[in-house]
Amino acid sequence: MNKDRVLTRVNEIFRDVLDNEHLIITYQTTANDVEDWDSLNHIQLVVAIEKQFNLRFTSREILGWRNVGEMIDSIIKKI
Amino acid sequence: MKNFSQLRKSLKNDFSGLQKIRIALLGDTSTQFLLQALQGTAFDRGFNLQILETGFNDIETQVFNEESDMYKFNPEIVVIFKCSHKLLQQYNRLDSSQHSQLADDELMLIGRLYSQINNNLKAKIIYFNYAEIDDAVFGNYANKVESSFLFQLRKLNYKLMNYAVTKTDLYLLDISNLQNQLGKSSLFHPSTYINAEMVLSIDILPAISSRMLDIIEAIYGKVKKCVILDLDNTLWGGIIGDDGFENIQIGSLGIGKAFTEFQYWLKKLKERGIILAVCSKNYETTAKEPFEKHPEMVLRLDDIAIFIANWENKVDNINQIQRALNIGFDSIVFLDDNVYERNIVRENIPALVVPELPEDPAEYLEYLYTLNLFETVTFSVIDTCRTEKYQIEAKRTETRQSFANEKDFLSSLNMLSVIEPFNKFNIARIAQLSQRSNQFNLRTVRYSESQIEAIAKSGNNFTFSFGLEDKFGDHGLISVIIIKVESETVLFIDSWFMSCRVLKRGMEQFALNTIADFGKKNGFHYLKGQYIATAKNRLVKDHYIHLGFAPIDDYWVLNLNSYQKRECFIKEKRSLYE
Repeated sequence: MNKDRVLTRVNEIFRDVLDNEHLIITYQTTANDVEDWDSLNHIQLVVAIEKQFNLRFTSREILGWRNVGEMIDSIIKKI
Repeated sequence: MKNFSQLRKSLKNDFSGLQKIRIALLGDTSTQFLLQALQGTAFDRGFNLQILETGFNDIETQVFNEESDMYKFNPEIVVIFKCSHKLLQQYNRLDSSQHSQLADDELMLIGRLYSQINNNLKAKIIYFNYAEIDDAVFGNYANKVESSFLFQLRKLNYKLMNYAVTKTDLYLLDISNLQNQLGKSSLFHPSTYINAEMVLSIDILPAISSRMLDIIEAIYGKVKKCVILDLDNTLWGGIIGDDGFENIQIGSLGIGKAFTEFQYWLKKLKERGIILAVCSKNYETTAKEPFEKHPEMVLRLDDIAIFIANWENKVDNINQIQRALNIGFDSIVFLDDNVYERNIVRENIPALVVPELPEDPAEYLEYLYTLNLFETVTFSVIDTCRTEKYQIEAKRTETRQSFANEKDFLSSLNMLSVIEPFNKFNIARIAQLSQRSNQFNLRTVRYSESQIEAIAKSGNNFTFSFGLEDKFGDHGLISVIIIKVESETVLFIDSWFMSCRVLKRGMEQFALNTIADFGKKNGFHYLKGQYIATAKNRLVKDHYIHLGFAPIDDYWVLNLNSYQKRECFIKEKRSLYE
């Protein structure tokens, strides 16, 4: 799967979890840019992404991402 | 079951109109998601949980500081969730010489938490037991080493049960059992724990919340009381009408084993006080044959309170059973292997609980275990003979039909009533009746066992419990009145409730004669009562009018000086304990 398709699917997960139909994320998006993307929702996002792509992130990865792009890099590495 | 994301979205629903319950949620890890899952689950069960969440690791401060937010909030229920991981951390920090003390020390702390809350609040307490963690330091040998963590954890769980036996307002949420059912990897996700200090995985939150709401529903009187059973391929394998009773599958061989074990389970439920009824499309004689003659049947006819086998549709038959038992549809579970029957019943009686039994009868039990349908917050010996009572009631109904008028019927019953104040022998039953009576309940003030105990001891109350027996059998304790002294001349009827099993026997008249007589003898002039309407107590809307009370403001008053005894066919039986 290429990076853009992963982004599209991750975007859908964000919309679902954060309950915001119009949310658009990019590789540069950070938690500060998105309303409701707090540390608790972050956990829910991570679990939803793990389920969608059938993978497991390490705790270090989860704590280390600085933006959506880095999160997607982690996904790409595992699929 | 809804997933967490769905539960969370349902928080946007309109909660107004749902029953509000104030809950304090105290945890030693982050409980924000648990809170949301609880509220979402509660919505589907018809409750609006108002949850006070305190910062995590704040349990002791909240409980031991009487000025804390928790006491200001005045919750009806306090939930305490101390997790095994924190217990393990505590164990790890102890000097190894103290490891064997962990369970006892922890239990002592739990006891102090309980007493402190119990002394300051009228709240129920729901305490999580401990999901097992084996730190694998000793391997299997941990079972033989008292100081091992596993040994201490299991000891604590066991001692908690012992402790809970003695405390009526303390209920345990069995998270350890849930972990056994679903596996540790579904309960606990290490990365969620590391990143968010949450010991419950997101996926397990709906199941935990569901268990919690089971307990809460039971506390508020919503419990299952009856199971209606299909026969062919539900209670035994095969079709009795086609195969003949000697060829049905039951017993120790093959698939028969599944049905036998299933029947043992039902038998245990019956002995716990759940009423069993049969609803089957069969000829009655054919359907009853296995119960009478098959050597390997576990259930016999006397286990079944109501037996309906005919070719009418099941919806009508279930309606008939419900009317005979006089209990709500939401307290009845219907078990049938046939998808078509299940759907038609579900569609016509939405409140009925209709589990989707698995296709393979071998899986019935395991599936039903997971549903946790039969949560309760009381258990007394009287529960165990409920089936017999309903069978006797069926006989009474037959007798009633053979009498030309009601008075002849009532006087033929030779009814006797034991009147007793609350005492240690009847407190459990009184509390149970207080929790369960919905229809014949004038003010629907619910009392727990400990509250009933307090009322019994308080000098400002007079308490009456009424038993009823007749020539067919003993109903046991079926009605309760609590009277408060309002002034020198006025007695206020704080509570008056009765089991609907004894409607139309003249029990109300007998009870009124009793309390009126008592009031007069003790120099009071008036009895004052009140009807508080609920969704379920329309039955007693005109209770006080019928008994000759006059309306004054929102109350009903009876002048004792001019009171004439009401006609009634019940005689008083002298109590054993007088």
